Amino acid sequence: MNLFSLFITASVVNNIIFSQFLGICPFLGVSKKIDTAAGMGLAVIFVIVLSSLITYLVQIFILKPFEIEYLQTIAFILIIAALVQFVEMFLKKSSPGLYKALGIYLPLITTNCAVLGVVLLNIQKDYTFIESMVNAVATPVGFLLAIVLFAGVREKVDSADVPESLKGSPIALVAAGLMSIAFLGFSGLSI
Amino acid sequence: MYIVSAVGVLGGIGVVCGVLLALASKMFYVPVDQRVIDVRNALPGANCGGCGYPGCDGLANAIASGEAPVNACPVSNEEGYKKIAEIMGVEAQIGEKQVAHVMCNGCESLATKKYEYFGVKDCKAAAAVAGGNKSCERGCLGFGNCVDVCEFDAIEIVDGIAVIDKDKCTACGKCVEECPKGVISFVPQKQDVIVNCENRDFGKAVKEVCKVGCIGCKICEKNCPHDAIHVNNNIAKIDYDKCTQCMICTEKCPTKAISGDLTKRNAS
Repeated sequence: MNLFSLFITASVVNNIIFSQFLGICPFLGVSKKIDTAAGMGLAVIFVIVLSSLITYLVQIFILKPFEIEYLQTIAFILIIAALVQFVEMFLKKSSPGLYKALGIYLPLITTNCAVLGVVLLNIQKDYTFIESMVNAVATPVGFLLAIVLFAGVREKVDSADVPESLKGSPIALVAAGLMSIAFLGFSGLSI
Repeated sequence: MYIVSAVGVLGGIGVVCGVLLALASKMFYVPVDQRVIDVRNALPGANCGGCGYPGCDGLANAIASGEAPVNACPVSNEEGYKKIAEIMGVEAQIGEKQVAHVMCNGCESLATKKYEYFGVKDCKAAAAVAGGNKSCERGCLGFGNCVDVCEFDAIEIVDGIAVIDKDKCTACGKCVEECPKGVISFVPQKQDVIVNCENRDFGKAVKEVCKVGCIGCKICEKNCPHDAIHVNNNIAKIDYDKCTQCMICTEKCPTKAISGDLTKRNAS
């Protein structure tokens, strides 16, 4: 598999949200405004790339030599949690506005299954270092794409005349379902 | 041996992460306004949300940034306001202390019932069944939702209606929000003369459902020497700024809907 097709596959065909259903919590929680959605997407890109890099190195240079690969999950969670904490401090200092807008969802990146999903998949699929880095960039780019598109839809829905019983979360979930169907169209791509 | 290496490696990763985070927290330290911390300490710390901000931390931030007045906390007292005003370096404007009050006197024996209610003992559930089992549309149902939400143990149900303890009430407003019938309002703490009825019907319609309801007869309005009580929409409302608590209305009210202890009446 060449790197380009890996990128396309990871970002749109197997979109982390619309076809793998990982990371739904921030996808629904922070998608009310395009600005904050984009901020969340960028934060997730940052966290996933950095944690993929570190977990890959940890896997190769620490877990494998000591033959304790079965502790992958717990070790990776530890690293991700520390990274998210780091991102939180960094954002608090450099961009208080974004820090406020992301609110509770920023620390929740720790439990965002997309992050753990990507780093575990990298190991599971036996990706090389380059391949896992491409995967680590492509997957959260897919997340960014999905959450920004969805935020755009929700901003429009806000001003639309929605039936009383569907207002709020129900219509958001309906919209998410429809977008998931739309993304199914990418599975026909032959690359 | 395995277990030692496993514990060692994971512990090592943990220690490295911890040290790096500690360094990062030094590097990215954001100076916090000392006033925020001081104001936070001067607040009661009930985190009730009565001020409209998310918890005491939220209010401390708002006060320090000048967004909220120093007396924005409904739970705190004069002393607390003074402390906060001192921290902020402004004069405290201390308003009248308000308390929540249940505007209903229709206890078991005085108010009639529409039907016998056997459902869940919950005001909201009861209110969903044809507006509750009291015949009066604006009567206290007495299942005690307000008692449950009150964090200060200030409310109890006496003979089928909620009664709020003036001294314990902090005016956080939770019960006002919770009550499905909207019979809880704020009144000044020193006010004894209160129209304990919210029924907007007139005359006979009120008398049929409750013996102590305001029938909108305007006797109180005509007799008040201070122009402090007015009947609008068939309900008497007291202007607490003008009321001197002379209790003439209490005495004259034909249905005894206005509270006030006539034995403690002041001579003026």
